[in-house]
Amino acid sequence: MGKKRLGHEFYVFLAIVSLSLIIQARSGQFFTLNNIVDLMVSFIVPAIFAMCELIVIISGGMDVSFPAVASLSMFATTKILLSMNYTGNVFFAFLLSGSFGLIMGAINGALISIFNLPALIVTLGTQSIFMGILQGALNAQEIAEIPKVMFDFGNAKLFVATNPLNGLKSNMSSSILILFAVVIITYVFLHFTMWGRGVYAIGGDSNSAIRAGFKVKQIKFSIYCFVGIVAGIAGMTRVCMMQNCQPNNLIGMEMTVIAAVVLGGTSVKGGSGTIIGALLGTFLLTIISNSLLLLSIPTYWQSFFTGLIIIIGTGVTSFQLILSSHRLPSMRKSKNEA
Amino acid sequence: MDTTPQTAEIILKASNIKKSFSGVVALDGVDLEIKKGEIHCLAGENGCGKSTLIKIISGVYGMDSGKIELNGHTYHKISPIDSIRNGVQVIYQDFSLFPNLSVMENLAYNTELAQKRTFVNWKRLRKIAEEAIRMIDFNIDLDQKVELLSIANRQQIAICRALINDAKLIIMDEPTTALTKKEVQNLFRIIKLLQVKGISILFVSHKIEEVFEISERLTILRNGKNVLACSTSEIDNQDFSYYMTGKKFEMSCYDPTIDYSATPILKVNNLSLKNGFNDISFSLYRGEILGITGLLGSGRTELALSLFGICPADSGSIELNGIDVKITSVFDAIQNGIGYVPDDRLTEGLFLDQAISDNIIVSNLENLSNKIGILDNKKRIAAIKEWLEKLSIKTSDPRDNVQTLSGGNQQRVVLSKWMSRNTAILILNGPTIGVDIGSKNEIHTILRSLAEKGMGILIISDDLPEVLTTCNRILIMKHGNLMGRLKSSDISELELARECISN
Repeated sequence: MGKKRLGHEFYVFLAIVSLSLIIQARSGQFFTLNNIVDLMVSFIVPAIFAMCELIVIISGGMDVSFPAVASLSMFATTKILLSMNYTGNVFFAFLLSGSFGLIMGAINGALISIFNLPALIVTLGTQSIFMGILQGALNAQEIAEIPKVMFDFGNAKLFVATNPLNGLKSNMSSSILILFAVVIITYVFLHFTMWGRGVYAIGGDSNSAIRAGFKVKQIKFSIYCFVGIVAGIAGMTRVCMMQNCQPNNLIGMEMTVIAAVVLGGTSVKGGSGTIIGALLGTFLLTIISNSLLLLSIPTYWQSFFTGLIIIIGTGVTSFQLILSSHRLPSMRKSKNEA
Repeated sequence: MDTTPQTAEIILKASNIKKSFSGVVALDGVDLEIKKGEIHCLAGENGCGKSTLIKIISGVYGMDSGKIELNGHTYHKISPIDSIRNGVQVIYQDFSLFPNLSVMENLAYNTELAQKRTFVNWKRLRKIAEEAIRMIDFNIDLDQKVELLSIANRQQIAICRALINDAKLIIMDEPTTALTKKEVQNLFRIIKLLQVKGISILFVSHKIEEVFEISERLTILRNGKNVLACSTSEIDNQDFSYYMTGKKFEMSCYDPTIDYSATPILKVNNLSLKNGFNDISFSLYRGEILGITGLLGSGRTELALSLFGICPADSGSIELNGIDVKITSVFDAIQNGIGYVPDDRLTEGLFLDQAISDNIIVSNLENLSNKIGILDNKKRIAAIKEWLEKLSIKTSDPRDNVQTLSGGNQQRVVLSKWMSRNTAILILNGPTIGVDIGSKNEIHTILRSLAEKGMGILIISDDLPEVLTTCNRILIMKHGNLMGRLKSSDISELELARECISN
């Protein structure tokens, strides 16, 4: 695997380190246990989404519907569990939400793979439909009181981090285990299955993929099914962690997630991208949206800095692309002479 | 076609293949027979059905009727899997590689998929890839990404990949198109290596020299029908051209009656360009086709570029119809009625992804627009129609992109661009590079008729037969100097070749 890509992730890592150091120097609050735990907790849901988007972008697509899928799945699941006064295992809540996600993902996948429509357009359409169902048909309002099993799961913590200086406490939510699971599954899929290599192959050249014998339509369809399931689970995670169900609060997250994935070195044209890169990109944007407060920078500047980082970050990628394309002719020459 | 007694030797036999696309007949009863370990050439002009035939053999298209025998199995319907299982591997012009993946992955995935693997074992991939490159002694870094490799290397990867999939017949679709001469020789070396291993090669091409150099037997198609199947040694260049196009080309010289007492339309006096050419003087008369030939680096291209104002000359003068003119820019050249057709028409002469119609009129917009610069649509349509007819450019819809046209038709679009603006002097650099024989001949006919109507034409070319038959006078350049001028009727191809390389 290319050295260049490693380099890119290294730059994002450097950006994270230098940003942390700046915040630490100015506030003295960054490298405190409770701040790190807070960061990790707000990292969980965007990072799960980033895994979905990573697979989609590697395959040459673009999915903007996952926040809508997540919102609709989690809202419907919460409503159903409330109406049946469910008291069983929280696993069922995730299963149900994931199943709703699967149905919506399958609709995306079918439209994209069978009719060969552009993923961006299809998901723009379906996200609007899903939101319409959520707000119109289900008349979604905030649900302040969620089922007890979900509430308990959201409250469950691995440990509590205390800031020795001011005594502030932060809980490390158990939900981070869900993130770990999703990351590991994504890694195994992408790296150790022919399905995952097929995702890269389709992103590189889908005609070649067909000729090589990859089942391109099946793979594309299953990508969006996977995204649907994971989005449903992410939505449920969010509800549990927030301890209430806000149907509109994930909307707009698609842009941040896409930016984070691209920032992590994933090519928008498809065919390349790594999990480490996507996670680092997401972490960088999480720091910006969380920790600029520590510098007492007003909230509206957050979006300014987010935008700035995205442009600089993707600029670096295309700059490298220009450099490598300049390198091409000279390489070719030396090969001929050899 | 006679059937050889040792049928076991025949690896592929396609008989009476018919195929139509929505009523248009592409193949009308074609036969093809390939023996084990044979280098067989499938030739024909663009649109003769070569590609369709390959796609039927590889199972991409179904056939309407006919049968294919592969390794003794007879198929009336053949799927891509049947074809691959019988050892048929096609190397398309784009090689079907994954630019974003490593050499190793590109080599190994077909095998892995054929074995219906679910999980990836990176060690196994490496083993498959190492075995693959060993087959043709190909030395390459398996972890390199394919997008960073040269075209020739990508082709070798495609060949290796075919080999490890137990290829018995490798079909190469126009494999030399994007290769340099040296790379072509290397490809031929590999092909011969494969032949020794008993692998048959079907080499699809329309380039005469290559066909004669590499193939043992050939099949020529024309308009979806077989016209010839024989050993390469049984025919010569001229037969080949005849069977490809169905036309006899009279190799007569262009010998117009020129009034050499008149004022030349172009007179070049002592033109020099540093690192280009020295002290060049010549005249071009009305109705002449003047050839300028010489080896690569003789200054022929630089001279053409100077006359068109791209690299203005350092010293000397240019007279048009007896009047001194200064040509220091392309604009000057065009204003003075000089047109230039570059050798790389694809990147320099055409807007490939624009409509054919727009390409035809692009150099002539000012004549087709009204006073305030708005295009007159009636004039535009009339002009497009006129040129499509005059140059018999074959297209179903002039709104299609130029890149949908064949090489010959593309070149005609380039010509029409200049002809539509009443160009007095047309300079062509390698006018028929990459054009098939039939179109080549038509382009020569067009150039002759232009000259007969009074245009002065300058052809820069190292294609000696082309220079000899198309031009009435020839200038030979060597190391930037003009070393010879002769009438083309006075010299043979061999003598001209000697003139060019002698010191």
